[in-house]
Amino acid sequence: MEMWFSEYHTKHVRHSLRVTRHLFSKKSSYQQIDIFETPEFGRVLALDGNVMLTERDEFIYDEMITHVPMAVHPGIRDVLVIGAGDGGVVRELTRYDRIRRIDLVEMDPVVIEACREFLPGNACRMDDRRVHIHFENALRFIRNREEEYDLIIVDSTDPFGPSEGLFTREFYGNCYNALKDDGIMVNQQGSPFYAEDAEAMQRSHKRIVNTFPISKVYQAHIPTYAAGYWLFGFASKKYHPINDLNAEDWYSLNLRTRYYTPRLHQGAFALPAFLEEMLMEVEE
Amino acid sequence: MKKMKLDQNRAPIYEALQRFRQMRVVPFDVPGHKRGRGNPELTAFLGERCVSLDVNSMKPLDNLCHPISVIREAEELAADAFGAAHAFLMVGGTTSSVQSMVLTACKRGDEIILPRNVHRSVINALVLCGAVPVYVNPDVDQKLGISLGMTRESLAKAIREHPSAVAVLVNNPTYYGVCSDLRSIVRMAHEAGMLCLADEAHGTHFYFGTSMPVSAMEAGADMASVSMHKSGGSLTQSSLLLCGPNIHAGYVRQIINLTQTTSGSYLLMSSLDISRRNLALRGRQVFHGVEDMAEYAREEVNAIGGYYAFGKELRNGNSVFDFDPTKLSINTRSIGLAGIEVYDILRDEYDIQIEFGDIGNILAYLSMGDRVQELERLVSALAEIRRRYQRDSSDLLKQEYIDPIVVTSPQEAFYAEKVSLPLRETEGQVCSEFVMCYPPGIPILAPGERITREILDYIEFAKDKGCSMTGPEDPDILRLNVLK
Repeated sequence: MEMWFSEYHTKHVRHSLRVTRHLFSKKSSYQQIDIFETPEFGRVLALDGNVMLTERDEFIYDEMITHVPMAVHPGIRDVLVIGAGDGGVVRELTRYDRIRRIDLVEMDPVVIEACREFLPGNACRMDDRRVHIHFENALRFIRNREEEYDLIIVDSTDPFGPSEGLFTREFYGNCYNALKDDGIMVNQQGSPFYAEDAEAMQRSHKRIVNTFPISKVYQAHIPTYAAGYWLFGFASKKYHPINDLNAEDWYSLNLRTRYYTPRLHQGAFALPAFLEEMLMEVEE
Repeated sequence: MKKMKLDQNRAPIYEALQRFRQMRVVPFDVPGHKRGRGNPELTAFLGERCVSLDVNSMKPLDNLCHPISVIREAEELAADAFGAAHAFLMVGGTTSSVQSMVLTACKRGDEIILPRNVHRSVINALVLCGAVPVYVNPDVDQKLGISLGMTRESLAKAIREHPSAVAVLVNNPTYYGVCSDLRSIVRMAHEAGMLCLADEAHGTHFYFGTSMPVSAMEAGADMASVSMHKSGGSLTQSSLLLCGPNIHAGYVRQIINLTQTTSGSYLLMSSLDISRRNLALRGRQVFHGVEDMAEYAREEVNAIGGYYAFGKELRNGNSVFDFDPTKLSINTRSIGLAGIEVYDILRDEYDIQIEFGDIGNILAYLSMGDRVQELERLVSALAEIRRRYQRDSSDLLKQEYIDPIVVTSPQEAFYAEKVSLPLRETEGQVCSEFVMCYPPGIPILAPGERITREILDYIEFAKDKGCSMTGPEDPDILRLNVLK
């Protein structure tokens, strides 16, 4: 018997993975959560039918969303992570001894429970003593915080579901407010390839540009995401992502990574022409 | 909570439409789109199911002008659910309910006692029937700049001075959620031989929630206009007119038929039927949820600082006898922005559309369709607006109640010989048209009222702040029509 999981990247494009075992399936108050085993990509976490991560390629996403800001701003001590209930981002962050606090805000406890049980490779550092998990709406959590964090990582699902509030002007404004005056916000910015995704990406980029003095976009190649092509936003009050890259400092930490390197870091901000155009359209 | 006698699981119009669909009747009657086949673009847009139910009155589906079967049953069920002696399904908006109510109670030359902060539909009805308004000055909360309810004393004074008035009309509640002492008002009106009419455009949920202000029918009022399409969940333009036991339903039907369409929409009527069933069966839990959300939002908004989301603490036993707990009304003066400015910023920069903003306040309408995650967005956006735009509030006009000077009846003024003058040259003249901000649609000037400098200042300030002004013939309100 053949069992296939298909995700619609658009109405007319779908991406399918052969499934060997369905390990977890539950509808929480917020979303449908599934974890299943695939021969090619290992275990896969899907929320509302959208692939969030696979064991095989999650390192690309988690390294790129974490090490880019960490290599720019050596003074990062207090970090806020929004979403990311799987634990991959936390795992990367805990590799830095200089970080003293990681607040993780995830609205859905079921995601965290499920990942602890079925995705130990991601959730392995959730018990680090520096990690504080808050089950709360992120907008509410951040609303009244001022100059508290050096880094905010927004690891949300796509903008058409329960994470919609994390792509809004009010949210980015509240993040700005919660960052210290040299703070950085990094967010997953979606994909620029398919039209609907591209529009959402432009909308959120526009809102970030209106909120932060420095706002750049960088890219990575992630096979299981739409078009295999993913963007991140780097928004900052002071540090420039390339001019302020502190490669020596980062190398001195001796972190072994599989995707991220300071050389790739610089290249990741070099964008294809069509994307530069799209961004410029909303930057005016 | 009242006890209902009929089986509220029934929805006779909905059931009849279901049966009708299955019969696959061949239409050689109106509407001409014939279940949508004749208008494929419209069908593609609205959906086949929807247009196939857009049908004409016929025997199996009854007739709104003279209901004898399923519409009548639906009206009986609605009356039962709302604790009324009779209920009418209305398809011309609550405006038509309010007008039918006024036209039932008043004839040409009759006096009707009402607070000034009534909806324009009330005064429109006076233009139609020629009745004369006796305005009761609603108390004004100076800090918030909003009109409150009628006090018992000011109503008693109006009744004393106008003993031959035929009716008292009361908002239950106002747009902001303020309720007058309705039981006392009903008693005072009845003792003076007057009818008591309630505009419950914003009060549908009072009939079903648990800790809600008293509803008009429960308080013994004679008629009430209930906007089912606001908190009741039915389609826009559908409404209910409720009558107490002392009103002759046959006469009300005649009044309604003077102005109501003879082609009542089955989309609207079935939405009333289904919504009534939902409220009767589940209204209690539904509105409990809305109330909890509103309470949470008030706490969060007040925690931001600057804003004041007001609630039951305004109660004073008289002009704020009670407060609608589902209302999220927020005073914005202390952050130095007019409500209308916050309203515009929310829409333009945060993609959040709220119900209205006036000079000092905004109103976010909460209902059975809301979820906490959207509320979080609203609260966060308000926090952001405060951070980005807060300024000194001393240049904001203080909103005071402007006592209208009624010179002639709205009908006489409306139909009289008139002349158009530039706004600033109208001071001292009698206005022949309405001026209002919409929403909330409460008149600043009504036909037959004297124009004062104070009123002109207010109009210009409101225009300057970006309020959407309506009423006059001149859409830019650079000129006004006044009596010759």
